[in-house]
Order: sequence, then C-alpha cells, then structure tokens
Amino acid sequence: MTDFLNISGVVLLLLIIPLLYRGLRGPTTLDRMVAANTIGTKTTVLLLFIGMMFNRLEMFIDFALTYALLNFIGSLTVSWYYQRKRIQSDSSITPSTPTKS
Amino acid sequence: MIEAISITMITSGLIFFLAAVVGIMRFPDFYTRMHAAGKGDTLSSILVVGGIALYYMHQGGWTSAAILVGLKMLAIVVFIFIASPTSTHVLMQAGYDSGIEPVSHKNDDAITRKTKKTETPSNEKRS
Repeated sequence: MTDFLNISGVVLLLLIIPLLYRGLRGPTTLDRMVAANTIGTKTTVLLLFIGMMFNRLEMFIDFALTYALLNFIGSLTVSWYYQRKRIQSDSSITPSTPTKS
Repeated sequence: MIEAISITMITSGLIFFLAAVVGIMRFPDFYTRMHAAGKGDTLSSILVVGGIALYYMHQGGWTSAAILVGLKMLAIVVFIFIASPTSTHVLMQAGYDSGIEPVSHKNDDAITRKTKKTETPSNEKRS
C-alpha cells in the first residue's frame, strides 16, 4: 500500500507538468490563471501524499489547508483586478457585478 | 477490504484528474477550459482525499485520534467543495467583463456541412 501511495504521488506530479504548457501558451492571461488554479488544487492533494510518505500526516494536513486557502484568495484577487481594470478603461462595458465607483 | 475501497477511490480520483488535464489542454476556448478545471478538480479531490482518510483511519485502528485526523481531512474536502466552484464562477465573470468572446461555429453546423458536401464532391477536411 505504501508503494501504491508513492506511485500515485508520482503520477499526480506527472499530471501537473502538462499544465505548464497551458500556462505558457494560453492566449489570454485568464487562461494562465486557470492553469495556476488547477496546479494549486493538485498541489493540495499532493501535499497529503507527501505527508503519507513521511509518516507525519497530521502536520501536512495543516499545510494542505493553508495552501488551499491561499490558492482561493489568489484566484479571487486576480479576477477582481481584471473586472475593475477593464471596466475603468472601457466605459461601454457594463459590469455584471456592482463595483465601487 | 478497506484497503481495496481506498485503492479504488484513489485510482478513480487520479483518472478524473487526468480527464481534467486533458480537458484543459484540448478545449478551444477559455470558458470551456474553466468548466473542465473546476468540475474535474473538485470531484477528484473529494475522491482522493477521501481515500487517503479512509486508509489512515484504518491504519490507525479507528482510535479517536485517528478519527479526528480524518475529520480534519474532511474539512479540507468541504473547503475545496465550496471554494473551487466559487473561483470558477468568479474567473468566468472576470473573463466576460474583460471582453473574452466565447468560441462559436456560426456557419459551421450540420445543415451547412451537408449542403456543402453535395455541392463540392472533393473531400476537404474540416478543421
């Protein structure tokens, strides 16, 4: 079973690597944000696999929870910036959420 | 027995992770990629973390300490369940407000493809 967990951790790492292609080649910036969000979610799960490898899963659960929180806050911040930046520069777009004027 | 259930959950979670990655790489548009990322990652996280929690509780002998650790992992699952669709929604709204157009095959549905085929008998590949 420990062999299975090690192999699945390596498989998860191999699944993160193609997302870097989307991060490099995404035509818009928000495409790169999709890649970053997905890499963040996969890292949260990968931290638990690493915790099982070190036999100290209790410590790594705190890391995973913190990283999930940081990932969420990061994607929210980028999207708020994009909403506000475009609306200020082009007044013909009406926002779908109320923004502070 | 519990190990078999745990292995099944982790394997199916990894298969859905693979589906999410293939979706992000191959879809033609920002909105469709966001669909693949948000849905696939949420389900896979639930399955994988659930499998790890089950194995850990089984290995710890179902003492109250091990069950508390399992409940903490359940807290991670609940948080991802709430946060991932929310960030999907907010990113899509940012894309719409920022003017990203969804991909559309306007003159490319089945009817025009049929009429075009009868008019020109050469086989040209549709990209």
